[in-house]
Amino acid sequence: MALSEQEILEGLAEIVNEETGLEPEEVQMDKSFTEDLDIDSLSMMTIVVNAEDKFGVRIPDDEVKNLTHVRDAVTYIASNQG
Amino acid sequence: MTDDLSTPTAPDGAGTVTPGPAPAGSTERKELTVPQGMRHARIHGLGGYRPERVVTNEEIVQFIDSSDEWIQQRSGIVTRRFAREDETVIDMSEPAARQAMAQAGVSPEQIGVVIMATVSHPYQTPAAAPMLAHRLGIPNPAAFDISAACAGYCHAISLANDMVRAGTTDYVLVLGVEKLSDFTDKYDRGSAFIFGDGAGAAVVGVSDYPGIGPTLWGSLGDKADVITQREAWTDLRPQMEDPGREDGIPWPSFVMQGQAVFRWAVFSMAPVAVEAVRAAGLTPDDLDAFVPHQANMRITDAMIKALGLPEHVPVARDIAETGNTSAASIPLAMSRMLDEGEAPHGGVALQIGFGAGLVYAAQVVLMP
Repeated sequence: MALSEQEILEGLAEIVNEETGLEPEEVQMDKSFTEDLDIDSLSMMTIVVNAEDKFGVRIPDDEVKNLTHVRDAVTYIASNQG
Repeated sequence: MTDDLSTPTAPDGAGTVTPGPAPAGSTERKELTVPQGMRHARIHGLGGYRPERVVTNEEIVQFIDSSDEWIQQRSGIVTRRFAREDETVIDMSEPAARQAMAQAGVSPEQIGVVIMATVSHPYQTPAAAPMLAHRLGIPNPAAFDISAACAGYCHAISLANDMVRAGTTDYVLVLGVEKLSDFTDKYDRGSAFIFGDGAGAAVVGVSDYPGIGPTLWGSLGDKADVITQREAWTDLRPQMEDPGREDGIPWPSFVMQGQAVFRWAVFSMAPVAVEAVRAAGLTPDDLDAFVPHQANMRITDAMIKALGLPEHVPVARDIAETGNTSAASIPLAMSRMLDEGEAPHGGVALQIGFGAGLVYAAQVVLMP
């Protein structure tokens, strides 16, 4: 069953927390991964791979650069989840 | 009926070394599982490719003070083939390899190693072999180039023979390929008429009888200058980077897509490392050191996590003071660990190298 965007956001927040220690409630839709959450490109890759596992989606290398904001990631996962 | 080729046998005592006293910090030796060796190998299929364009001596002598007759007299060469400008060593290798594989009756899935012997693949890195293997649909082989000039093919056959005989793999695809026209000075009277382009391929594989005899090989480094690339690449750098030159092109530095490499190195290499331990009949708990290629501390850290490496296993972190030295990083890092007593002499180390190609190799070794 497909997850709602809210459920994806919560799952993503857990992954971000595990990688960076950021509080899950700081991970909000309008936040930029780099500007607001201070997540660098390599941590982002770890988050991407863990999100792939968690949500059963494939996020190609070329797609990662388009995921600048939390909303981009949530939307991408929502529309590509298996 | 096949001739019975003799194969080397070790004389009594050959290859054995009287052990000296164990160095301080030594540990008890663990048994590694390795493939059962010494099968037979032979060449199962051959293939060749000659570029379309025939180049006559008349064409060559437009640029040198010579003649068709002189060239034929000195070299016996009447024509040679030149590849198209856009035709690469990989392009030329592909039909040769397909032919060899067809003749051998070997499918891409059966080939475990691809060795390309070439000195005219115009990239310092990555090697040509991984790209050729990809085109041929060979799934995830070990693939690398070797540089032994005109002896390259025979070197590669010898390596392939040893690999098959030792049980490392069942089938090796060997290429000898050159696009020497790219590296020939058409105004040099001594060499302009000599060189041509082409590719040859062989499939070396397991056999019921010996098909490749012992290799006699050697080298004379004191004569390195008698056949040579005239300028080192580094000699060209000042001209290439001169901003005053309108026709200047940038120096071909190595570049890297860091994020993509990080993802591959961590999440694809961790399972390979785990498998290398299992293949040696050990578990991660048995390791006395983990010595990954010193690519980036972040990769090492993420790899440890992805591996689930036990906390008691010391990890090489030589990169902090040495940087990423590519092929040199693993031996440098291991030496440091041994020198500093961080890892025990005689202990088991897991080492894994990964890089441009993309290529990788991992194995468990007993540290000296």
